[in-house]
Amino acid sequence: MANLVEIRNLKVEATTDSGRRVEIIKGVSLTIAEGESVAFIGESGSGKTTIAMTLMGYARAGCRISGGDVWVDGDNMVTLSEKQRAAIRGTKIAYVPQSAAAAFNPAATIMDQVIEVTRIHGLMSPAAARRKAIELFRALSLPEPAAIGNRYPHQVSGGQLQRLAAAMALIGNPKLVIFDEPTTALDVTTQVEVLRAFKAVIKQYRIACVYVSHDLAVVAQIADRIVVLKSGQTQEIGTTHDILTQPRHPYTQSLLAAFKPKPHSRTAAPESPSHPLLEVDAMTVGYGPVQRDGQPLIVAVRSVSLKVERGRNLGIVGESGCGKSTLARAIAGIHPAHAGDIIFDGHELWNTARKRTRSQLRELQIVFQHADTALNPAKSIEDILGRPLAFYHGMDRKARDVRINALLDMVHLPRTVRHRHPGELSGGEKQRINFARALAADPKLILCDEITSALDTVVTAAVIELLKELQRELGLSYVFISHDLSVVEAICDEIIVMYRGQKMEEITPAERKAPQHPYSKLLFSSVPRLDPSWLDALRQDPDQVRDYCQR
Amino acid sequence: MTKRATGLIGSRLGYRINLVGLIGFAVVLFWAVIALFAADLIPYSVGEIVDTDYFGPMHPGLWLGSDYLGRDMLSRILMGARYTVGISLAAVTIACVTGVVLGMAAAVVRGVVDSVLSRILDAMNSIPSKLFGLMVVAAVGSSIPVLILTLSAIYIPGAYRFSRSLAVNINTMEFMTVARIRGESLAYLIGAEILPNIIGPVLADLGLRFVFIVLLLSGLSFLGLGVQPPYADWGALVRENLGGLPFGAPAVIVPSIAIATLTISVNLLIDNLPRKIRDRSAP
Repeated sequence: MANLVEIRNLKVEATTDSGRRVEIIKGVSLTIAEGESVAFIGESGSGKTTIAMTLMGYARAGCRISGGDVWVDGDNMVTLSEKQRAAIRGTKIAYVPQSAAAAFNPAATIMDQVIEVTRIHGLMSPAAARRKAIELFRALSLPEPAAIGNRYPHQVSGGQLQRLAAAMALIGNPKLVIFDEPTTALDVTTQVEVLRAFKAVIKQYRIACVYVSHDLAVVAQIADRIVVLKSGQTQEIGTTHDILTQPRHPYTQSLLAAFKPKPHSRTAAPESPSHPLLEVDAMTVGYGPVQRDGQPLIVAVRSVSLKVERGRNLGIVGESGCGKSTLARAIAGIHPAHAGDIIFDGHELWNTARKRTRSQLRELQIVFQHADTALNPAKSIEDILGRPLAFYHGMDRKARDVRINALLDMVHLPRTVRHRHPGELSGGEKQRINFARALAADPKLILCDEITSALDTVVTAAVIELLKELQRELGLSYVFISHDLSVVEAICDEIIVMYRGQKMEEITPAERKAPQHPYSKLLFSSVPRLDPSWLDALRQDPDQVRDYCQR
Repeated sequence: MTKRATGLIGSRLGYRINLVGLIGFAVVLFWAVIALFAADLIPYSVGEIVDTDYFGPMHPGLWLGSDYLGRDMLSRILMGARYTVGISLAAVTIACVTGVVLGMAAAVVRGVVDSVLSRILDAMNSIPSKLFGLMVVAAVGSSIPVLILTLSAIYIPGAYRFSRSLAVNINTMEFMTVARIRGESLAYLIGAEILPNIIGPVLADLGLRFVFIVLLLSGLSFLGLGVQPPYADWGALVRENLGGLPFGAPAVIVPSIAIATLTISVNLLIDNLPRKIRDRSAP
């Protein structure tokens, strides 16, 4: 069988603002057969999206395809004129973006946008296009397929919008669809549904697809073959089965190793039965003015209690909007709690950070998800780490220098980064600095708010290892907030499952494999496994799914 | 789009410097030096009548001709630079420092302080600037300190609005939350966390406001309400030599050109400030 796609020795070049040219794709060759699903996997910056884009003859602003051929169904996308490429895009090749929410025009109905491709290319009459769209909506198991097209993008959920973006891509009967991290922004329970829908339509319409992702477990469910990329070069190409069972390249092995569950083994009970480090009692947090019933307008956290023992870790899991971050912000005193007590190290804390003493602030640190916004881009690493040292410990310049070096050693960064600015560091390095700043205060408890969500699997595994190591050395406790259950399982002694602002269940290590509450069961079963047959074998009670997921 | 390799100087320093910006900078520097050393540069005393004719033409010895009393125009322009540049610089410094500090503080503190400050300064902003200037000069008389304070008062609200809108965006960043729950003071928050992030646009705004102030000062002086005789800034020079217009005398044209060169070059400079090159690994 002839190959649908043949990429031969592809090179892409970028020009930096100093006029220097950098090769970002260094001679990649690969093929895709008709109806085959191929996944591009690699860390951020590995060039996986850039290669996928060249299939449409497109290179980002400042980049250009500098060499090689990209044959798609008999056309070389590199040498075609822009006009000829435009005729192919949408009819032969289609693209599903990472963030469907950003890809839809909020001012037009979904149906108008889905059938726009057929209008531009004159493929069929509007009535026929609408019929075809409804057929696709049904195939993608969207609710009310006949009516959903009349809604506007803000009236459907994120998971639905992602499937609608797929319908938009499929309407022109393409031979090849590019999925660019389509489920990365979704919750695990939603991801299951979206992946199922994608898999079904790909099979039904016999479409070849390129699936770009950094999540090996997700890719395993959908791809026939996997291309492992790193710094613009293919490291390994093989069938999904081969890659998962016998990876040859060291990078692929490290990728797989990052997935190996590393259960948190340290189960030593607290040495002394003294008071817990942090105790939160019946905390309610909300937004907006207080209503007549004495509750805030929107209650984000409803009467949640929790306890963190000294030297132990508490995990808080739940989907987006369940109130887990609000809870952390209330504990840190950023967003004052409406009701409830916070007892930290035997003393009751004020609900707002402004009234807490300096040593209370020092002992309870919070680390945020986005290191990009949590580090001041205008300051050097030295200044960022030096400030808490001067502020809390009153260290002079010399003492600070010594301590900054020690902190950089602790988070495994070279000492030379101290003169750099955050913009010059990678995502993982920035997150380490973000964490080192919290360590600089010598805290007793660190609240980690989704600190690994913006990182890829390999970097996440390294950060988690680092956290464990520091805990052993410094006797810290963590409250670890995440939507990623595997991360939480890897580091926490106790796990709280939250749903719509309420605590559903508290799971301790012994019972961890068998959550009792139906929602916890649903959540835990939705985490993708490396096993390629996991998605097909997964059975979830449809009623339960409907109850708990607002799809 | 990346072929702008021409006019690149200073990439060695890690900055991209534009040729137009360099020209603007040279002219601004020229006037700054003149303003500083005018007293040593003038060929004649500003009050000395050196020409038997009035509105005399340009000729060697009187390089820019003579004014309506036969005084040396070159000396008067050089000394006028002192008043125009000096008063405007003092006024713009007061206006921007006050406005930017208040703007950042309002963005960080929010709540009532922000509302009250914003409404008061909005009210000030709604008064037409020339009318305000005329009113103050009519009420307390014209002197250089009064002029400086009036001009700065007129431009505080603009600087406040500008810096506040920038600071509001910075204030939503998580590093602000981190600093706040570290227990940092207001002065640290605005000085060390916000200011370094907005300093570029704030400096550009300062340059623009300087231009406005030069023009307003020249306008007031032209109306006879600005710098008073025996001193004269460029606006006053245009006014006193207005009678030379029918004769095409250089005395009326030269101060106008001086105002234009200063304002235009400041504009060129701030539109083409050096930009930092992010790609540090360049050879």
